[in-house]
Order: sequence, then C-alpha cells, then structure tokens
Amino acid sequence: MPEMTGAEAYVKALEKEGVEYIFGITGAAIIPICDELLKSKMRYVGGVHEQGSTHMADGYARVSGRPGVVQVTSGPGATNIVTGLATAQLDSSPIVALTGQVPLSMVGTDAFQEVDIIGITASVTKHNIQVMEAAEIPHAIKSAFYISSTGRKGAVLVDIPKDTQTNRAEMVFPDSVEFRGYHPSAEPNPQEIHWAATLLSKARRPVIIAGGGAVASGATAELLELAEMLQAPVAHSLMGKGAIPSNHPLSLGLCGMHGRVEANYVVPEADVLLVVGARFSDRTTGALSGFAPNARIIHIDVDRSEIDKNVDSITRIVGDAKLAIRGIHEKIAQQRTTGPRDEALVKRIAELRAQTSALSTDSPLSGPAVIKAIRRAMPPDSLVVTDVGQHQMWAAQHYDVRGPGEFFTSGGLGTMGWGTPAAIGAKAARPDLPVLNISGDGSFAMTENNLALAVDEGFPITVVILNNGVLGMVAQWQRLFYDRRYSTIKRPRHPDFAALAETYGATGVKAESTKDIEKAIRRSIKDKQTTVIDVPIDPEENVYPMIPPGMGLKDILLGGA
Amino acid sequence: MPLHTVSFLVENRPGVLFKVSNLFRRRGYNITSLTVGPVEGSPLSRMTVVVDAESRVLNQIVEQLDKMVDVVKVKRLDPIRTLSRELLLIKLKTSDPMARIEAVNTVNAYHGLILDVEPDILIAEVTGPTDEIDEFLRKIGPIGIEEMSRTGAAAIERGNLKLA
Repeated sequence: MPEMTGAEAYVKALEKEGVEYIFGITGAAIIPICDELLKSKMRYVGGVHEQGSTHMADGYARVSGRPGVVQVTSGPGATNIVTGLATAQLDSSPIVALTGQVPLSMVGTDAFQEVDIIGITASVTKHNIQVMEAAEIPHAIKSAFYISSTGRKGAVLVDIPKDTQTNRAEMVFPDSVEFRGYHPSAEPNPQEIHWAATLLSKARRPVIIAGGGAVASGATAELLELAEMLQAPVAHSLMGKGAIPSNHPLSLGLCGMHGRVEANYVVPEADVLLVVGARFSDRTTGALSGFAPNARIIHIDVDRSEIDKNVDSITRIVGDAKLAIRGIHEKIAQQRTTGPRDEALVKRIAELRAQTSALSTDSPLSGPAVIKAIRRAMPPDSLVVTDVGQHQMWAAQHYDVRGPGEFFTSGGLGTMGWGTPAAIGAKAARPDLPVLNISGDGSFAMTENNLALAVDEGFPITVVILNNGVLGMVAQWQRLFYDRRYSTIKRPRHPDFAALAETYGATGVKAESTKDIEKAIRRSIKDKQTTVIDVPIDPEENVYPMIPPGMGLKDILLGGA
Repeated sequence: MPLHTVSFLVENRPGVLFKVSNLFRRRGYNITSLTVGPVEGSPLSRMTVVVDAESRVLNQIVEQLDKMVDVVKVKRLDPIRTLSRELLLIKLKTSDPMARIEAVNTVNAYHGLILDVEPDILIAEVTGPTDEIDEFLRKIGPIGIEEMSRTGAAAIERGNLKLA
C-alpha cells in the first residue's frame, strides 16, 4: 500500500475514474489539492462563479453520460454550488462535487469560511460524504462516482477537510465499492413485463409518454420499435425530448403545460398509457383529474420511489427502461395478439398538427420563428441547450430533433442561467460538435460572465438571446391570469449584449431578421468563434399552447387571437 | 389518519440520523415518534418510526427511506404481528395522601414500577404499547403531572419475521 498525502490520493483517485475536466474555483480550503493538480494531466477549468462551474460539470455530464466534476473551496465556494447541485439532481444528471472544508479540528467552530455543506446539501444530492481522515479519500471518491452514475443518476458531494488533504496515510484504491444500503438493480421483473405486454397488446388506444429516463437509459430505439409495432402515439415530457424524432408520424411532441395540442388532446384519450422514465411532474400532467382519466397506466422507472408517487399505476416495472421495453416488445411479438385498434387516434394526430401550425403567428421575429431559424442554421449533428423561460418552452415545442442527445435543458429545477455554462460543459464533452444556447435576456444576464471561459479556454459556443427586456414567462402569467397587473418583471438596464460579448473577446451580433440569425450562427460555427446573437422580440408575446395552472390537459389555451 | 410503524436498519455513522429526519421534514411526513439504538454485534442501528400517514404517503416513506444509501433495510411492520412498547417516566405531585394512594394504585394497575418516592413527589416507570401509555396518562392526569419523558415505540415482529 503506497503512503501518500490525501491530496495526492485525491488526484490519483480522480485519474483512476478517467476524469478529463475539473470545473471549479479555488480557495483557501482546497489549496493542497490545487497544488497537487499541477502534476496531473486532468484539465482544470477555472470559472468565474461556482454556480457556473457546477452547470458546466452538469452540461458535460449530460452530453458525455459520464460524471462531471466540480471542485470548489469551503464556505461561499460550497454554498454557491447548491443551485447547480439541485439542478443536476432534479434532472438525474451525474455530477460529483468536491468541496474543501476547514480542518477537522475547526469543524463546528464557525471558523472562517466554514459552512455545514453536508447539512445544506442533504436535500439536493443523491448522497453526500464528509471525509474524516486522509485514508478515506480514495474510497469516498470511488463511492461518489459509483453512486452518481448508477441507478437513477444524480449529484454526489464529497466534503474534504483541509487536514485530510495534507495528512499522509497508507492508501488503498478500491476497484469497486459496495454498500449494504445501495443496490441499483436494473433487471426488470419478467412477470411485470408480461403484465405490461398483455395490457398493451389488448389496448384499443395505447399511448406512450417518454421522460428523461427513456433518454438516459438509451431506450429510444427500442421505444420507437415498440411504438411502431403498437401504432401507439408518443408524447414526451420536457426531459424526454429526443425520445422520438420530432417529425415521426407517431410523435405527439411535448405534453403538459406548454405541450403541443396533439399531445394534450391525445394523452387523455388513452385506454392504456405507457409511461417510460417520467415522474408525472405537475408541469407534465396538468390537473391530475384531467390527465388520463380512463387509462390503465403502466409505469417504467429505475427509481422505485417514483412508482405511485404522484399517479397510481396498474402495472409497474422497476428497472432499466431499455431492458423493460425490449422485454415488452419481445413478449408482444411472441403473443401476436394485438386487439382491435382505434385507428382514428393516429389519424387525429395529423389533423391536430395541421390545426396547430395554422395558429402560429406570422410575425417575423416571433418566438417560434426564431427557434425555427436556429434549427435551419444548425447542422444535423449539433447540440442545443436552453436557458429557462419563454424561449425554453418555444424551443421545447419547435426545435425539431432527430433523436436523443441533441437537446438539453434544466427541466425539474428550471434554473435561469443554466444555459451558457452548460453549453461550455457540453462543448468540453463534444468539442467536435457545434453547441448553441437558446437563451433569454433574463437568463443570459445571470451567468453571462462565463463567456470569458468560452473564449479563453477554447470552448466556442453560440448564444442566441430572445430579448424582450422583461421576465417574459412571469409577464405572460400576469397578462393571462392577473388581469395584466405587471409586477416585478421589469429588468434593470441591460448592457448592450452584442457589445458585452465583444469585451469578452467574443463576437456580438444584433439580429434584425431570421436571416441575420441564421447567418450569424453559420458564421459562428464556421469560424469556431464564440458569438452572442441578440434578437429583439415582442415583450407582449405569449407562449402557446398553454394549460392554465391547476387545469387539465384538454383545458388548453391556444392564443393566436 | 392511522398510525403505522416502520422499522429500518441504518449505518451507524455520524449524520445518518440527520439525513433520516431531514427526509421526513423535507417531504412533510408526520413523525409521531422515533427511536434509535445500535444493533448488538453489528455496525448498524435500528430506527423505529411511528408515522401518521395515509397509504400513498406510507408507501412513499418506505420507498424514500429505502432509496437512501445509508439505509440498509426498511420494513413496514404488520400491526397484527408486531410487538410494540414504549417507556414512560413520570413525576407526579402527591402531597395529598389520597392522591398518592390513587397514583400508586394506577401505576400498579398498569404494571408500572415506583422508582422514587419523596415527601411530595413520586416517580414511576410504565412500559406498554403506545395506546396503553396514552390511556395511563389520561387516568393519571388529574393527579397532577409534574414532568414526564416518553421514549417512543420500539417494535419487533412476532415469530420468525425479521427485519435484517
């Protein structure tokens, strides 16, 4: 057993995990580790604010499928990552957060830059660990990577007191770790698969909702095969975007509060509803009474605690969605007994789709028009992330994808400011692909300082700001549900975003037409030059369709008046 | 809402009690009582929690606990096949001789023990299922309770049923 310092063991443990990038900000309680990093080939990407660094790790994780690493100091460094941890945790993104801490002898004394980060983050992590002696570091880091990246993925934090970084110990680097209380089983129960197959094969109007779990488990090819065999329409939650190609005849698109008309009319018609890796969030279901009133629900999820949490299911398959769907497909293929189908259901999709496109506004820089322009300019192999707000919903509705791994967004937590740093993390994971952040002026202003990293660290990204000068989603609610009593939505004076971009060494463009947008995007990609494209949009524009809060899926506001 | 008893084994490590209670707080589960103690010859502790919950929430409590890395095994105990006891220590004001006789009789009726006697004060120990302790307290209340300390329920299943 080699004897070494905790900091040396830390670096070795991360290298053993194959870590490429460490995103973070330094500080007093992590200096011994930073010193040791000088000897490592792992690339350290120093940020401008720890929240941004955490979102970078998150973006990296979502795109690469491997844990993203964020490393910060104690106290404010640690508290600044809380939003990023919660964002990753709610969207089941595997990130490992490593925080420096004051020396153990000072823990609990309110020492300089001491916070109880274990207590603070217990609710927003899958697990967290405080290292109590140097010799624990290899095991703690191995555990963090293992737990964050298995089962339902999530955020894991390891808090490392400074003295454990400098103390020497005999170090054991385990190749695997085991826990009495953690057994992420992926193998679905054959009996449950049999029941699900029987229900689906007898369904007259089967409908599928795909969530983030369908994408995360890589189940999309299997899902599509099953949908085609059953001729079952497929809607998706925000996190499930990419589970089915947007232009597929069976694709219903986004379901829920800002879901497409097709989805919100067809889902409640289901007699059997197969929900794959989705957690029945209020934003997806609307009022539960109107969600799928006549459906027998089959719920597939890798996390047993999601079963019957919000909506009761009649059959539940706990395990990996890919294995579960493959199992169902095989069972139905064997049985060869699909019951009589209600053909009208699939036909209605095309009708509803035509109706909806007739509603879309013609204004040249409407939200949907900007999103479609971005899509035209982006090559097929490319990545899009979004920030949070109206632009995000327009993107979810109108940014067509061919499959999984093209569209990333902060779904569960809805973290404004996520997009720009997440785009940088995405670019770190896939430097070969163009990465674009669809943002709003409010979201962009929250983390725009990360542009400095995009430029200096060589992660060229493109940002399109749908700039309406207000916090648009709240403005929309106030317009629709508060009798136009606008309150708290005014933004402080913006900088000129294009000029701001230039001060960071990026390119700034003020677009006046969709042509300008497309041209600037193409140029940004061609020149590999970080570019911010500021697009003025109408502050009065609403995102439609919309289901008013507390209403059911069919209580849909179409707007377009 | 009905009371349910959930027993679970956890890693006997610092911070685990915090994480468990934090889970209950964060998800709004109502704890009626919680007991913790180490399991002999094992690195685990056993926690027993009595909760006031309808069935969906009860199911969630079990699943959310089970999901925690530090929780090794969770079981909702079948009320019919479970022995449950809590301990009550109670200090009674007994300056009135009649009250003292009444107190001693009531404690005896509940198979309690008199632990300490002073001129004006009597301290008793009563063990029993939660509802029995509640009943004892209703009866003894009029005498005048000076102070009391209840442990919450410890519970174990009959026969061969085991948590581990």
